[in-house]
Amino acid sequence: MAHATETTQTTRRDFLMLATGAAGAVGLGAVVVPLVSQLAPDAQTIAAGAPMDVDLGPIAEGQAIKLFWRGKLIFVRHRTKKEIDEARAVNVATLPDPQTDQARVKEGHEQFLIVYGNCTHLGCVPLGNSPGDPKGDYDGWFCPCHGSHYDSSGRIRKGPAPLNLPIPPYAFNADTKIRIG
Amino acid sequence: MSGHSTYVPKTGFERWLDARLPIVRLMHDSAVSYPVPRNLNYLWTFGGILVFMLVAQIVTGVILAMHYTPHATMAFNSVEHIMRDVNFGWLLRYLHSNGASMFFVAVYVHIFRGLYYGSYKAPREVLWILGVVIFLLMMATAFMGYVLPWGQMSFWGATVITNLFSALPVVGETIVTFLWGGYSVDNPTLNRFFSLHYLLPFMIFGVVILHIWALHVVGQNNPTGVEVKNVQKDTVPFTPYATIKDIFGMVCFIFVFAYFVFYQPNFMGHADNYIPANPAVTPTHIVPEWYFLPFYAILRAIPDKLGGVLAMFAAIAVLAFLPWLDTSKVKSMRYRPVARVLFWAFLVVCIVLGYLGAMPAEEPFVTYSRIFTALYFGYFISLVLVGIFEKPAKLPNSIADSVLANTKGGSGASLAAATASEPNAKG
Repeated sequence: MAHATETTQTTRRDFLMLATGAAGAVGLGAVVVPLVSQLAPDAQTIAAGAPMDVDLGPIAEGQAIKLFWRGKLIFVRHRTKKEIDEARAVNVATLPDPQTDQARVKEGHEQFLIVYGNCTHLGCVPLGNSPGDPKGDYDGWFCPCHGSHYDSSGRIRKGPAPLNLPIPPYAFNADTKIRIG
Repeated sequence: MSGHSTYVPKTGFERWLDARLPIVRLMHDSAVSYPVPRNLNYLWTFGGILVFMLVAQIVTGVILAMHYTPHATMAFNSVEHIMRDVNFGWLLRYLHSNGASMFFVAVYVHIFRGLYYGSYKAPREVLWILGVVIFLLMMATAFMGYVLPWGQMSFWGATVITNLFSALPVVGETIVTFLWGGYSVDNPTLNRFFSLHYLLPFMIFGVVILHIWALHVVGQNNPTGVEVKNVQKDTVPFTPYATIKDIFGMVCFIFVFAYFVFYQPNFMGHADNYIPANPAVTPTHIVPEWYFLPFYAILRAIPDKLGGVLAMFAAIAVLAFLPWLDTSKVKSMRYRPVARVLFWAFLVVCIVLGYLGAMPAEEPFVTYSRIFTALYFGYFISLVLVGIFEKPAKLPNSIADSVLANTKGGSGASLAAATASEPNAKG
C-alpha cells in the first residue's frame, strides 16, 4: 500500500507528524500548568495571611504565648535577663546555624523573642512555653518528636534539626505592640 | 508456564462470546487449568489473602466515604458520627482501620516469603519490582487514610511525613507548600489526601493485575526454587488444588482479622488519635502506625535531616535492586546454609527496628537504631558476597523428586510414577 510514500522526499505526512507533535507538546504544557498550579495555596489561604497586630503588654517576664498567623504557629517569649545573657554569651562560630542573638530580635526590644513555633526538622511543636515544660539543655525549647534542643534565642544547638527557628516578618509599632506580616 | 489453552466452550452462548470476547477462556486458563507447583506451602496463600484484603478495604472504604466529611472542622466529628450513629458504622470503620493493619501483616509475610525462597530472582525480577511498587502505593494509601480522622496523630503524622520533603535542597520548601496547599497542614491538605486516598487503591488494583499477569507468564516459584521441568509431574491444576488451599488459608486469616475487629479493635491504633487535631500541641510521644516503625527508626537513626530521609527511602528502594544484588544462582534459602542464617538475622533486625521506632528518640535507643540500620543495609550487601563464596546444598532434580523425598523418605521410581498420575486421578 505504502509504495508512494516510501521516498526520500518530505511528504505531507511528515509535515502533519511534526505539526501535530509540536501542537501536542504545547497543549500538554498548557494543561500541566493549571493541574500543578491548583496545588499551591489558594487565594483564600493567602488572604488569611494579612498583617496581624499583637499586644505584647500582657506577657509577663519569663512567660511565652502561642499564636497563629497564616496557619503557622508563632511563639512570643518575654525573656528573662538570664536567658538573654545566656543567648549572647555563646560563641556564634560553634553553632550549627551561626546567627547572633542580636540578629534575631529587634534592637531595644531584646526581651521579646518572636519565632515560628515548628521544629525545623519535621515540624513538631517544641516544648518549653509552659512553666512545667522541659526547656532542653539550653533554656529554650525541646522537641519531643526527634530530640532537637533550641536555646533561649530559638537557635538549634543539638539534635537532628538543621536550622534555627525562623523569625516571622514583624515590626514594633509601639513599645509593646507588634504587627506581624 | 501459560501453555496451550484447554478451555472448551460448552454452551452455544459461551462459543458465541468466546469468538467475540474470550473472557471466560482467560478466567479458565488463569484460575482453573493454570498449573501450579505441587509443593507450594501455606506461605503461598498470602497472594490470595492480599487480593481479598484489597477488595475488603475498597468495599468498606467506599461505604465509609458515604458518611465521612473531609473538612478540618467536621472530619473528626463525622468519624465519631460513623462510630455512634450510622448503622453498623462501628463495624465498618473497625474493619477498615484493622483491615489496613492486617493488609500489612499479609504483605510482610508475602515479602518475607519471597525473600526466603528467592522469588525475586530471574525470571521473576519484573514480578518482584511490581510488588515493590504495590508496597509503596500501599504505604502512601495507608498514610493518607490515617490522616482522615483528623485526630492528633493524624495531624502530626501528616506534618512530620510531609516535612520529610522539606529536606530536599532548593525545591524542598516549595514542594511542601504545594503538598499542603497552604503554609501548614490544614483543610486543603485534608481534602487532597481524601481524594488521593480514594484514588490510590484503584491504582494498586491496576498494578496488582500487572503483578498477576507477570506471575502467570513466568509461573510461581516454589519452596525448592527449582523451576518446573515437567508439567505433568511437577504441577497440579490451580482448581481445585490451589483454589481450596487459598480459600482455607484466607478463612484462617479472617479468623485472626475478626479477633482484632471484635475483641481488640484499637489494639493497633493510638489513643492520641481520639483527641481532635490541635496545631498548637504535638503529642509528647508521636509514632507512626506499627507497619511504618522499622522505616521510622531508620529515619531517626541518621543525625542529619536529608540523610535520614534518604536512608528511609533507600531502605525501601533497595528491595527493587535485590534481584541483582543477590549473586547466588540458587533461589531457595533451603539450600543456602549461609544466606539462610542471614535471612533469619535480617528478620530479627527488622523486628528490632520496629521496636526501636516505637521508642522515644533518646539513648540508648538512638545508638541501637544506628547499629540496626547498618545491619539492615548490611543484609543486602552481604548477599552480594555470600552468593560468591557460599557452597549451596545439593538441589533436588525436580519438584516431584523433592516431594517424594519428603513424603516417604524417598525410595523408588515406582512412587514417582504413582504420584505423578495422582493429579489426574483426583481431579
